[in-house]
Amino acid sequence: MTTVESPPAPPAPPTPGGRANPLVALVRNSWRQLTSMRTALVLLFLLAVAAVPGSVLPQRNVAVEKVTAYFTAHPDLAPVLDRLWGFDVYSSPWFAAIYLLLFGSLVGCIVPRLRDHTRALRARPPDAPHRLDRLPFSSSGERAGAPAEVAAALHRMLRGRRWRVVTRTAPDGALTVSAEKGYLKETGNLIFHYSLVVVLIGVAVGSWWGWHANRLLVAGPEKAFCNSLQQYDEYGLGARVSGAGLPPFCLELTGFEATYQETGQPASYTATVAVTGSGADRSSSFAVNHPLRLSGANVYLLGHGYAPVLRYTDRYGQSQTTVAPFLSKDAMMTSEGAAAFPDTNVDPKTGARDPNLQVAFEGVYLPTVPDQPPLTASAFPAERSPGIMLWAYRGNLGLDSGVPGSVYRLDGRQIANGQLKRLEPTPHLLRVGESWTLDDGTTLEFLGTRPYATLSIRWDPGEKIVLVGTAALLAGLMLSLAGRRRRVWFRVTTSGSTTIVESGGLARSDHPGFAAEFALLARGPE
Amino acid sequence: MAALSDQFLVVTLLSYLVAMICHAAEYSFGARGVIAKAAVRELAGAGGPPVSVEVGADGPAGVPAGTAPGRVDRARLAGRAAVAVTILGAAAHLVTLVSRGIAADRMPWGNMYEFVLTVTFVGVAAWLAVLARRTHLRHLGLFVTLVMVVLLGVAGMVLYAPIAPLVPALNSYWFAVHISMMCLASGTFLVGFVAAAMYLIRAGYDKGRRSFPYTLGARVPGAEALERLTFRLHAFAFPIWTFGVAAGAIWAEAAWGRYWGWDPKETWAFISWVVYAGYLHARATPSVKRSTATWIAILGWATMLMNLVGVNLFLSGFHSYSGL
Repeated sequence: MTTVESPPAPPAPPTPGGRANPLVALVRNSWRQLTSMRTALVLLFLLAVAAVPGSVLPQRNVAVEKVTAYFTAHPDLAPVLDRLWGFDVYSSPWFAAIYLLLFGSLVGCIVPRLRDHTRALRARPPDAPHRLDRLPFSSSGERAGAPAEVAAALHRMLRGRRWRVVTRTAPDGALTVSAEKGYLKETGNLIFHYSLVVVLIGVAVGSWWGWHANRLLVAGPEKAFCNSLQQYDEYGLGARVSGAGLPPFCLELTGFEATYQETGQPASYTATVAVTGSGADRSSSFAVNHPLRLSGANVYLLGHGYAPVLRYTDRYGQSQTTVAPFLSKDAMMTSEGAAAFPDTNVDPKTGARDPNLQVAFEGVYLPTVPDQPPLTASAFPAERSPGIMLWAYRGNLGLDSGVPGSVYRLDGRQIANGQLKRLEPTPHLLRVGESWTLDDGTTLEFLGTRPYATLSIRWDPGEKIVLVGTAALLAGLMLSLAGRRRRVWFRVTTSGSTTIVESGGLARSDHPGFAAEFALLARGPE
Repeated sequence: MAALSDQFLVVTLLSYLVAMICHAAEYSFGARGVIAKAAVRELAGAGGPPVSVEVGADGPAGVPAGTAPGRVDRARLAGRAAVAVTILGAAAHLVTLVSRGIAADRMPWGNMYEFVLTVTFVGVAAWLAVLARRTHLRHLGLFVTLVMVVLLGVAGMVLYAPIAPLVPALNSYWFAVHISMMCLASGTFLVGFVAAAMYLIRAGYDKGRRSFPYTLGARVPGAEALERLTFRLHAFAFPIWTFGVAAGAIWAEAAWGRYWGWDPKETWAFISWVVYAGYLHARATPSVKRSTATWIAILGWATMLMNLVGVNLFLSGFHSYSGL
């Protein structure tokens, strides 16, 4: 992206022995076209327009559940949009085409500019034009002293003001002093544009060698997990990352503290974990905005919730305990979930398992049960008066069907086809420590809750490259916008016994203050 | 303190309204002397003819025949009063912000109402800073105060949210860095937008257009001065916007685990960045007409508005702090 538009492509010079190869000409002209400022501007504009659909349509890499919801809401439109990468805009071929063309245009422009600029940095300021009075700024006057002294004084003055100066002797004996300043503008401009390439490289490194995974971690030693793909609820690996190459560590949630305002608005969350397996074992706390930094992975606290602990005692007197994380659905932490007991009511004598005597509970957990009914939503997010409202189900849970289902709710198809029956029409409220005897004499006890944290474990090796690139980009940008390239010339001649100094100035970039600066310089050294 | 803040919002709004009326009075009754002088000075300063010229600042020549000198003085008085009332309004604006911050015990940038309050304050401050150095631009005040009255009115009536503490995700020192930079850049872009719009109107007027928006161009500063002001404001705001986005990315890395995630607000910040970058490039390209470049700046402000209003109200994402 040159600041000055490239001139219209000159006709291709004839190659020796005949006309230019049309293919070569086509390639050359396309390249010229691509690297022109006009094309770059159009591509910039296209990039802005192409980014819009990604903010309007749900994106898979941001919120995959919203994409699913969109498919349900618009069954006709969604597949069409999907084929156009409407739900993966930022990894779509057309988005990539735009930014790659833009970067092609950028590179095609800044490489020659770097060459020109290094040449300009080494070159001496150009000789004075013949007619200084034709320049935008000019003046002339007499000076005291011999021409050589006057020229030397001008030279010193300009050097003192950090101009790049050269004094030449013209064939007619006149002395010319040429000076130029403001090279940092172009330097900054080039730094800015090269930094954009560095940022792009950093993004690419991150997408190839980075990985991320999500995990819901319930407190307690038996719920600890280690960093391997099987342990994650959801994950994404960069193209150059293999599941075996993940750094080794294990995490156990040992504590979770949440504080709230009286209004129920959260004030702080802090999770404490025991870290093992990566060097020294240790206990670490981390919070929102303060991730846990391990070597090769960062652990972020995304959310939290409650996992009710439920003990079911079946008709043979066998007990089973489950810790079932319930997902919060509002700001007061009203949480929904299910607890399934598929391996209950197995006759201990015969070992026979009746698939129609499986038991499950579904309902809501309220950390603070409201004083007045309806008891459907929690009144406060902390556990001030915890209670759980459950429906009991008995029958075939459908877990053996092979169809993947959510652990947070029961299989709706089994309920619909009558294989799983709700035992009572209304839910039952259980307080901590209370137990509930079902119609067949089996009991469910609510033992309490354990906290859980939802964690995002991520690693992006391109981050530092992007950070350095961005810092350089900013520095270059400021130099480029603040810098002002300008040239001045002085011609010292003699007319009889008097010394005459002509001066001329040219601001090569928009510089309202140049008139004053030129006037000061033209007055000469005091 | 919260009540104090709300009362001072009314004072602020009324001050800007009065300033707007004073500007309008100056505008309607005033002579073109001031503007004409400015235009002449601009012509000389821009070095239009390539030979050095004596500055022809013989101002009174610009006063059109038939304008009584008394009227001119009264108009000038109205203009000065407008500036004074704007300064008063800015002081009340600052009190509104500070008392809101004290009442909430944090930086007053926690929701959309407070954000608009801050952006408009930065806008007024930027306008007064410009005015201190270039008094001949005073006529623009009518449009600046108009925009402020509209934005503050919307803030007070539609976006108002009671004081609430910050959610944990916002509780970080990056909050101060990121949001102050975004406010500063947005406020400057806002004044830049006013200058850009006035430049387009003035340029159209100079071309002989006399239909409605262009008639406003009769009494604003010269097109070249407006165009240069537009550029300088955008050139000032663009690096700040860049830094604000970068600071947001660093914060996002700590809070959400990734520096960039194409959240709607991030996407629109990127779109604004790209459009404003396009403006700066277009302006640096001689073959692109200045009016075309300025239209890109107008488009840039449209994307800023989309980000402020559209994204907060219609699109959900991580940046859901509007408080509505």
